[in-house]
Amino acid sequence: MYRIVHKEVLTPVTKLFVIEAPEVARKAQAGQFVMVRVHEKGERIPLTIADYDRQAGTITLIAQEVGKTTHMLGSMAVGESLASFTGPLGRPTEIASYGTVALVGGGLGIAAIYPICRALREAGNEVIGIIGARNADLLFWEDKMRTVTDELIVCTDDGSYARKAVVTVPLKELLDAGRPIRRIWGIGPAIMMKFVSLTSQPYGVPTIVSLNSIMVDGTGMCGACRVSVGGRTQFACVDGPEFDGHQVDWDLLLTRQRIYVDLEKQAMEAYVAAVASQHA
Amino acid sequence: MAEARKGARGRQEMPRQDARVRIHNFNEVALGYPLKVAIEEANRCIQCKNPQCVTGCPVGVRIPEFIKALREGDLWNAVFLLKDKNSLPAICGRVCPQETQCEERCVLGRRGEPVAIGRLERFVADWERAQGMRTPERAAPVGKRIAVVGSGPAGLTLAGDMAKKGYEVEVLESLHVPGGVLVYGIPEFRLPKEIVSAEINYLRSLGVTIRTNVVVGKLYTLRELVAQYDAVFLGTGAGLPILMNIPGENLNGVYSANELLTRVNLMKAYLFPEWDTPIKVGERVAVVGAGNVAMDAARCSLRLGAKEVHIVYRRSREEAPARAEELHHAEEEGILFDYLTNPIEIYGDEKGWVRGMRCIRMALGEPDASGRPRPIPIEGSEFDMAVDTVVMALGTRPNPLVFSDAPELLRTRHGTVVANPANGRTRMKRVWAGGDIVTGAATVISAMGAGRIAANDMDAYLSNGCPEPWWDETQSSS
Repeated sequence: MYRIVHKEVLTPVTKLFVIEAPEVARKAQAGQFVMVRVHEKGERIPLTIADYDRQAGTITLIAQEVGKTTHMLGSMAVGESLASFTGPLGRPTEIASYGTVALVGGGLGIAAIYPICRALREAGNEVIGIIGARNADLLFWEDKMRTVTDELIVCTDDGSYARKAVVTVPLKELLDAGRPIRRIWGIGPAIMMKFVSLTSQPYGVPTIVSLNSIMVDGTGMCGACRVSVGGRTQFACVDGPEFDGHQVDWDLLLTRQRIYVDLEKQAMEAYVAAVASQHA
Repeated sequence: MAEARKGARGRQEMPRQDARVRIHNFNEVALGYPLKVAIEEANRCIQCKNPQCVTGCPVGVRIPEFIKALREGDLWNAVFLLKDKNSLPAICGRVCPQETQCEERCVLGRRGEPVAIGRLERFVADWERAQGMRTPERAAPVGKRIAVVGSGPAGLTLAGDMAKKGYEVEVLESLHVPGGVLVYGIPEFRLPKEIVSAEINYLRSLGVTIRTNVVVGKLYTLRELVAQYDAVFLGTGAGLPILMNIPGENLNGVYSANELLTRVNLMKAYLFPEWDTPIKVGERVAVVGAGNVAMDAARCSLRLGAKEVHIVYRRSREEAPARAEELHHAEEEGILFDYLTNPIEIYGDEKGWVRGMRCIRMALGEPDASGRPRPIPIEGSEFDMAVDTVVMALGTRPNPLVFSDAPELLRTRHGTVVANPANGRTRMKRVWAGGDIVTGAATVISAMGAGRIAANDMDAYLSNGCPEPWWDETQSSS
C-alpha cells in the first residue's frame, strides 16, 4: 500500500514522488491535500496533491526537505512504501469560467498551482502563471507549467535564473497594465501569500490562498490548524485549505506556524546525528 | 496486600501506582486484582435470584454467572459468559462508570459496598489475554456485506456482533490506527493501547476486516457505501472540538483537549523525540471543563512536566460530569480545582504565547434546561490566572465530514444524527447509527449498547427480506 512507483529529484532539496493510491486518485481534485506518515513512529504531515492520474491510480506529491519528516521522505526510494496516506482532504478549488485568471506559485507552491491551472484552463479560462523561487536551484516544473498556462512569467529573488524579482512585482505590473484579471490564486510560503494578497487588495481582485498551518489529523478533529478569516476562527483542514486572502489574519498564521520551531530543530539535529552515526 | 483489605464486608481494594510516582510516567494507574483477591471479591456476590446489576448494564453482561464461574475457578467459562454479551471486556472493566450502572444496582450497595463488578470484569478479561485469546465459533457465512464507519466502541461492538452472526464486516477508520476515542482520546495510563489492539485483533480473528486511512465523506460518500454494501453503520463519534469563542483563544499555547490528547495518545508525543510528534505544555496549565476528557487532559499535562495544573469549571464539584473515580484520581495527583470559575479572555505576550487567563467567579442559580443549576457570573469578581497553557475541554460535537452527499440523513441542531433509539435506524434507508454521533459525547459503554441494539435490528432487517416501512414514526421517540 502507498508504494512509491516513481521518484524525481527536482532540486537538491525538492523531491517528487508518485504514490500508488488508486482510490485516492479516483477522488482527488485540484486544491486538495493528503496526510502522510513516513514511518511507524512518524508524525502526520499535510502535503498538497501536485497531480493525480486516475487511470494509473497514482498521486503525485512534491516535498521540500525542511525538517526530519521531509528529510526522511526525501531519502525514500522507489519500491518503498509510506506508513500511511490519507485523503483526499480539504475542499477542492472552486473551478469555474472566470475569464482571465492569474496563478502565483512561490517555491513549493508551484506544485500546488499546477493542477489548479490545468483545471481552470480546461474550464475555459485564460490562465496567466507566475512562478518564482529564492534562486534557480529551488525552481522546478517550468516546462510543465507552460503546458497548463497561456502565459508564464518566471522569476527568482536573486536573479540567478530568468527575471530578478519577487513574484508580486510581475503581478502588480499585470494589474497596473489593466489586464482583466477576474481572480488570483497565490500559493506558497505564508509570507509570500500575505504579500500577494496585499498586492491585489487595492485592485479589488478576489484572491485565493491555500493556508499551510500545522495539522495533526487533517479531518477537523484537533483544531491545531485554526486560522482567523474575516474575524472568524476556521479550521484550515476542513473549512479550507483555500480562503479569501484579503480576509486572512496573516500574523496569526505566521505565529502559529512557529509553535514547534525549537522542537522541530531538536528532532532534525537528532536525526542528522543518527544518520551520521549509521554511516560512521 | 493485607492492609488493603477492609474485612469481610468491604470490597477488595485494587492495587494502584502511588500518586507521587505515577505523575511522572504514563503507565497504567490501576494495576488489577491478583487471582486470590479476585476470587475473594467474587465470593462477596450473593448471587441474587433476580439480579439488578444486569439491568444496569447497557449491554446486559451476564454478571452473576461470570462471577460464579470465576469463584469456582472455572476461568474459561467465566470468559465465555462475560464475552457472550460484551466483546470488549478489558476496555469496559477499565473505563465504564460502574458506579452509576451495574454497581449502583448491586443489593450489597444498600448496606455497604457493592461488589466490584468492573474490577472482576477487568480481571477475567486480562486473565484471558494472558492465556492467549480463543476465537469463538462463527455462524455460517450469510453472504451479506456490512460497512461500519468508525472503529470506536459503537462500531467495534456492532462489527463483532455481525461477524459472529456470519456477516462479512468491513470497518472503515479515518486515522491510521483503529480504536477511535479508545486510541486517540483515552490516555495510556487509563487504558493501555496494547489492550485496545488485543481487542481489535480479537475482532480480526472473528473475520472482521479493518481498513485504516479511509475518510468517509471524502474517499467514499455515504451514498456510495449504501450502494456497495447491504447495510451501513455510522459510529463516527463526536470528534469535533467545541471552543469558547473568547478573545485570545488562537494564541500559541491554547489547545483543544482533542489536540492535546491526540498528540499524546495517538501520536505518542510523550515519547518525543523517539516518536516524531511534538507537544508543548508549559509549567502552569489551565484545563477548562470538568468532564472525563478534562481530567485526562489535566493528568496528561502533569505527566508532561507541568508544575501546576488547574481544572477551571463554571459549576461546582457536584455538577462536574467526570466519573467520581476520575475526579478522585486527579485530586490525588495534585490537580488544583477552581470551581465556580469561568474564563472570559486569554491574553498573550509579545510573541503570541499565552501569558494568562482572565476569569470571573460564578454563583449557582435555578436549574437550566440541562437540569443543572445555571451558573451566573458575579459582577466585579474578575481576576487573572497566570498560566502559559490553556486546554479547552468543553465537549465535542459530531464531525460533519461524514455527512457530505447524504442530505436525507436528518440531523438535529446540535449536529447529531437523528436515529430511533429502539433500533438505531436513521432516516436514510439501510443506514444505522449509534454512539456519540447520535447522543453527543457520552460513555464508551452507552456507545457499545447502541452498537448492540443496531446489530440486532440490522440482522433482523436483513434476514427478513428488508421489510417496510423503514422508518416507523410511532416507534421512534426522538
